[in-house]
Amino acid sequence: MSNNEQTAIRFEHVSYSINGKNILYDITGNVPIGKITTIVGPSGTGKSTLFRLSNGLISPDSGKIFVLGKNIEEYDPVSLRKIVALAPQSAPMIEGTVFSNLRLPFDLHGKAFDETEAKKLLHLVNLDPDLLFHDANRLSGGERQKVSIARTLANRPQILLLDEITSSLDPVSQQEIEHLILSINEKYKTTILWITHQMDQAIRVGDFTWMLMDGKLAESGKISELQMSDNVRIQQFIKGETK
Amino acid sequence: MNYFTLTLALIFVFIPLLLSKTLHLGLEKDTVIATIRSIIQLLVVGYLLKIVFETEHLFFIFIMIALMITAATQNARKKGVSIKGITWKLVITFMFIELLTQVILIGFHIIPPTAQYMIPISGMVIGNSMVLAILFLNRFDAEIASRKEHIELILSLGGTPKQAIHKQLIASIKASTIPTIESQKTIGLVQLPGMMSGQIIAGTDPVQAVQFQLLILFLLLTTAVTTSVLLGFLAYPTLFNDRMQFLETRFIKKEK
Repeated sequence: MSNNEQTAIRFEHVSYSINGKNILYDITGNVPIGKITTIVGPSGTGKSTLFRLSNGLISPDSGKIFVLGKNIEEYDPVSLRKIVALAPQSAPMIEGTVFSNLRLPFDLHGKAFDETEAKKLLHLVNLDPDLLFHDANRLSGGERQKVSIARTLANRPQILLLDEITSSLDPVSQQEIEHLILSINEKYKTTILWITHQMDQAIRVGDFTWMLMDGKLAESGKISELQMSDNVRIQQFIKGETK
Repeated sequence: MNYFTLTLALIFVFIPLLLSKTLHLGLEKDTVIATIRSIIQLLVVGYLLKIVFETEHLFFIFIMIALMITAATQNARKKGVSIKGITWKLVITFMFIELLTQVILIGFHIIPPTAQYMIPISGMVIGNSMVLAILFLNRFDAEIASRKEHIELILSLGGTPKQAIHKQLIASIKASTIPTIESQKTIGLVQLPGMMSGQIIAGTDPVQAVQFQLLILFLLLTTAVTTSVLLGFLAYPTLFNDRMQFLETRFIKKEK
């Protein structure tokens, strides 16, 4: 498939259900490489499920997913998850310090990791190096998300999946994270998929947007194209009339 | 003790029945069922053991041990949180522990290879292993439920199932074996162990009764730790598939 060359992730008729209930239904679409694609849509429309499928934490009931042109099933799960990294909404921290959280991906893959490298990672996400030996579970929401992003970046992923990473943050921290992600995208050409429930954030950060409704891909394209959509529900969501 | 004195011992059943009736505790039915079941089960076991001891045939010893393992498996399946394929995992665990303990006991001539020793000791080993299996499975389920996010975090970062479940596995092994280890620290201070009391009442020299009790205690340490470790390592791969995906539905909840 020729367009796979410019495509980071391609979904082909992907469906996923739990106990007979359709969570995602017949999703087909391309995520362009090196760009920021935001995923928007009301709660419970399968946005996080799309990420879990892309990271290989679950497999679709039907359909195919291609990552960098290769069927996800052909990847060894460990290599796939190094290429496609997931930063979950809750930014879970393992027990211990910021350092032990940052070294987690290195420990998992038997690689050496020292304080200098940890400080570089903290610098990358604009965090004070003095936080290195603080208890990770006592960080503020913004700091926690930054550590989670830094930990995800440790594997040097080519595709980064961000699941509502700013939803519980104050406006200042939100802005900081947005700048951070934009700079990561620019500096490393990392493909970013970003779930957000804020339309204004999708407009600010996204090159492209996917809108999911009832488990289906209702619309996709540049945000300006979505704003022109004549779909009533999409318009309602853009205006903030549905959550 | 004869059957007449045993009948007199039923007074100890009438006391709770009377209290339950007077205070409307609603324990009568269960008390009566428990009494009847214990009389029948123990008498059957007593007579069966008598036959086995008299014939002293290895075949009967095997049958008795197989029955114990079957009963323990059934009970652990009923009371513990179940995982797909739990039956054979329990059977392997109980068989391994029985084999391990008997090989050491008989191999080092700690006990003679006779029914009189092998069967009661097997009963204690398998019974203890069954309790540990139930404790371990319930704890493992609780640990996983409360740390599901961490399991998926490690998997999403490219960790293997073993790395993802390591903490929960170790925590469950520790939590299920701690009661056995702790209870040994205070043994004899408050309550004399049942087997030792029985031996003393039956006329055995208390020091010899203590020696046997110590043997059992040491055996139970091995039983406890080995059961949890073996069951843990047999159980955790079931929770993942070959795509290294965590399959939460592999835990089958019991309806309460």
